[in-house]
Amino acid sequence: MYDVIIVGAGVIGTAVARELSKYQSKTALLEKNPEVCQGTTKANSAIVHGGYDALHGTLKGRLNRRGVELYPGLSKALNFPYQQCGSMVLAFNDEDEKKLEALMENGRKNGVEGMEILSGEDARKKEPALSKEITKALYAKNAGITCPFNMTYALLENAMENGVELFVNTEVDDIEHLTDGVRVKATKRVFEGKMLINCAGVYSDKIARMAGDEDYTITPNRGEYRILDRKVGDLVSHVIFQTPTPDGKGVLVAPTVHGNIIVGPTSESVDNPEDTRTTKEGIRKVDRSATKGVPGLPIKESIRIFSGIRASVEGSDFMIEPSKANKKIFHLVGIDSPGLASAPAIAEEVRKWVEETIPLKKKESFIEERRAIPHFEELTNKEKEEILKKNPHYKKIICRCEMITEGEIIEAIHRPGGATTLDGIKRRVRPGSGRCQGGFCGPRVLEILARELKLPMEEILKDGPHSKLLAGKLKGALQ
Amino acid sequence: MADVIVIGGGPAGLGAALEAKKTGAESVVILERDRELGGILNQCIHNGFGLHEFQEELTGPEYAQRFINQVKDEEIDVYLNTMVLDLTEDRKVTVLGDEGVQVIQGKSVVLAMGCRERTAGAIDLQGYRPAGVYNAGMAQRILNMEGYQVGREVVIYGSGDIGLIMARRMTLEGAKVKAVVEVMPHSSGLYRNIAQCLEDYDIPLLLRHQIQKVYGKDRIEGVTISQIDDQWRTVEGTEKIISCDTLLLSVGLIPENELSEKGNVPLDSGTKGAIVNSTMETGIPGIFSCGNVLHVHDIVDFVTKESRIAGRNAARFARNELPRGEEIPTRPGKGVTYTLPQKLMLEDPDGVTLFLRSDVIYKKARVKVKEGDRLVKEKRERLIVPSEMVQITLDPEELRELNGEIIVEIVGEKND
Ligand SMILES: Cc1cc2nc3c(=O)[nH]c(=O)nc-3n(C[C@H](O)[C@H](O)[C@H](O)COP(=O)(O)OP(=O)(O)OC[C@H]3O[C@@H](n4cnc5c(N)ncnc54)[C@H](O)[C@@H]3O)c2cc1C
Ligand SMILES: Cc1cc2nc3c(=O)[nH]c(=O)nc-3n(C[C@H](O)[C@H](O)[C@H](O)COP(=O)(O)OP(=O)(O)OC[C@H]3O[C@@H](n4cnc5c(N)ncnc54)[C@H](O)[C@@H]3O)c2cc1C
Repeated sequence: MYDVIIVGAGVIGTAVARELSKYQSKTALLEKNPEVCQGTTKANSAIVHGGYDALHGTLKGRLNRRGVELYPGLSKALNFPYQQCGSMVLAFNDEDEKKLEALMENGRKNGVEGMEILSGEDARKKEPALSKEITKALYAKNAGITCPFNMTYALLENAMENGVELFVNTEVDDIEHLTDGVRVKATKRVFEGKMLINCAGVYSDKIARMAGDEDYTITPNRGEYRILDRKVGDLVSHVIFQTPTPDGKGVLVAPTVHGNIIVGPTSESVDNPEDTRTTKEGIRKVDRSATKGVPGLPIKESIRIFSGIRASVEGSDFMIEPSKANKKIFHLVGIDSPGLASAPAIAEEVRKWVEETIPLKKKESFIEERRAIPHFEELTNKEKEEILKKNPHYKKIICRCEMITEGEIIEAIHRPGGATTLDGIKRRVRPGSGRCQGGFCGPRVLEILARELKLPMEEILKDGPHSKLLAGKLKGALQ
Repeated sequence: MADVIVIGGGPAGLGAALEAKKTGAESVVILERDRELGGILNQCIHNGFGLHEFQEELTGPEYAQRFINQVKDEEIDVYLNTMVLDLTEDRKVTVLGDEGVQVIQGKSVVLAMGCRERTAGAIDLQGYRPAGVYNAGMAQRILNMEGYQVGREVVIYGSGDIGLIMARRMTLEGAKVKAVVEVMPHSSGLYRNIAQCLEDYDIPLLLRHQIQKVYGKDRIEGVTISQIDDQWRTVEGTEKIISCDTLLLSVGLIPENELSEKGNVPLDSGTKGAIVNSTMETGIPGIFSCGNVLHVHDIVDFVTKESRIAGRNAARFARNELPRGEEIPTRPGKGVTYTLPQKLMLEDPDGVTLFLRSDVIYKKARVKVKEGDRLVKEKRERLIVPSEMVQITLDPEELRELNGEIIVEIVGEKND
């Protein structure tokens, strides 16, 4: 019997797993997809919001601020990218300016420090790409950017190193209450646990219903984006927001930790939580809103459009609470933005609940740190020489747009909970995320995956469980 | 230290290296990131290479092999699995290869890095982003070099040559190619390929059609296509769904000039390649460019021709023998999307061949080279299409008479 069963391995599930791995608890992390980080965590803005936006008095307000506090230490310990680049909310007229005042006031109540309202001129001094039309901007020093994928992998690797067991291709489809816990029926296997934490993202209402809690309804809400080429990545250095509307924070323009620019998202309710389509209308809206604040935005340098799904709920606050049917079950529902920014704080919050339910004892042997896969291009010449001596695979560049070596790819496969899919490799070490989008390195990465996983090439998936890439060997092909 | 460093071992690099050696460069180095020489030709196992160069129909690998053999005979140093990471204006080349990271100084450098394919992201393909959407060149590599089929029911988007060639190739491997969808009113591939790869196999070419949506969350299940008008608006009522498990994109090639940009080589926004003069020298003295990295070619024979000019002059530069003299600019005029070289040397003992592309199809066309109102040279062509490069040669006397900007234009019956 497990102490804790976590359902869903997005940033929330892995953050909870890592937090619990500090304690002597036997934890299972169940994920329906072939890999972790294939849900909402793989497609969002990657912003660690400053914490002034989430309404004071809400869970979001409290956990976002606490999250921002935890990021510097966590990103250092787990060696994932995080930059406190600061953010600006733009005002174009009096009405907008009033909203900035209100945001600042709300931020103060939330305990956010380092905010300031800049004149249009000062804002443009800090961020020369901004429109001449801007009259004021709310600057928040502690807002930042991260890499949601690498953060999730970092949390996962560290959690697994500290004993958490990951089960992929394991979809929970029924939950039974036991006197001292839960029994979970999942693909191919039954799990029993003293507790269950529901971190199933857009499906957390479905999991709640399995547990007998009928009163959660997620309304999937889609956001569409563009990614621009690294060569124009210097254009902006802060996260740039429009003034918020009832629809949310609006379209932003921001640098990414990898040196690209991200533009988006839209906000649109959709019927199906799997509906990650992009649309002409959506992308047009992204372009229009973004160029309002940053008129010189080079849309032509777009390398990718995509979309992600928010797990939105009525009332729009996070819902983190025990099941009405079984106190050993905790639901995390409605973890939409700022879910990523709050993830470390959400994990603490959950741990407190767990502590009140089952005994938790600190683990002496807890390994606090985890190192990222070295990115060859960013190493110093001396480090390059050293790594080449140890591992000749680092000599071979596989992805030429992002300068990724075979060594990096092999390591991404063999880390705990490592990559098994083409996109899993892409999210971990980035081959295929550059301007050629895998045109050249795709077949090479396939070969490496097949070789390292000892699988036939035609079994390798792109991403989802049915995303096979090849249709079979050619007749008469040479071995 | 080398006299001439050639970056890229495709046909352009091979041609340039050989010609540099012939012209008297002592040490010539080819740097190639792949495991073999030949560039893109290695995956082009179809016929149709070398008609101009050898008056023979060769396959891509056969064409490349003829040059590779010569390179072996000459004392040219070839470094395979060697990626060029950086280039400076003073011609220092940083590489990562079997020996780790190294810096090589060249007296001159020839850029011959080829091009890459435009992607789904670059054309805003809407809908899902499933498995089964391939760039045509990537699919070509998977079939011809790895020996795997990528799918069974295929739609091809864009009628570039690679897409046309892949339509035939996949058909021969038992796949059903349902349509080639092209947004322009004309194909962007060679006529020869439309006849031999589509018409011979009854594959429909749908001109002025656009893919509106991609279906299928994990693996592609189909596309919606529709007709578009002159203003690129969807024509109501023409939408239809074609089911497929594979979508190949053949929507254009882009010269790979990221490295050139590191060396501060000025680029032309039309060709997306370097701005060169008649010696194929870029804006940075001693750095030359040729082949698909300079502008996208449809026929490899012309790549070879151009690479010889670059190689010859790179060797001359290395030996301090590169002729210098007055240069005048060239500019695309009516009916022309780009001309190359962008600068002509008036004192050029070899004369110069101008390369250009048309904007649309012209019948009974004339290509005119003009200096102001004066007609310098004219050439008649029965048919000019945007997908096939046009050449017009100025001999040394004609060059010497020039003294102002040259404009190249096409007049004829527009066929749209
Ligand atoms: C457009 C957009 C922009 C955003 N921008 C930001 C931002 O800038 N900053 C910020 O802080 N937040 C942002 N967010 C919110 C943030 O992305 C989410 O809060 C966060 O990723 C949620 O993580 P998660 O782990 O809850 O969900 P997910 O990543 O979706 O993880 C849930 C997991 O549960 C699994 N699962 C589901 N059902 C089952 C089952 N039955 N059995 C087993 N496993 C199951 C899924 O496969 C999935 O892997 C944004 C969200 C969107 C959509
Ligand atoms: C699919 C396809 C079909 C074609 N069909 C025909 C046809 O039927 N008939 C015909 O005549 N022509 C055809 N062509 C056109 C012709 O083959 C090409 O124009 C020609 O191959 C271009 O040669 P290149 O040397 O410029 O580029 P490439 O062949 O692409 O060579 C460039 C080389 O540079 C290397 N390189 C790039 N960057 C670096 C770096 N940083 N460090 C080290 N090495 C580097 C690359 O690995 C590559 O080997 C076809 C082209 C394609 C793509």
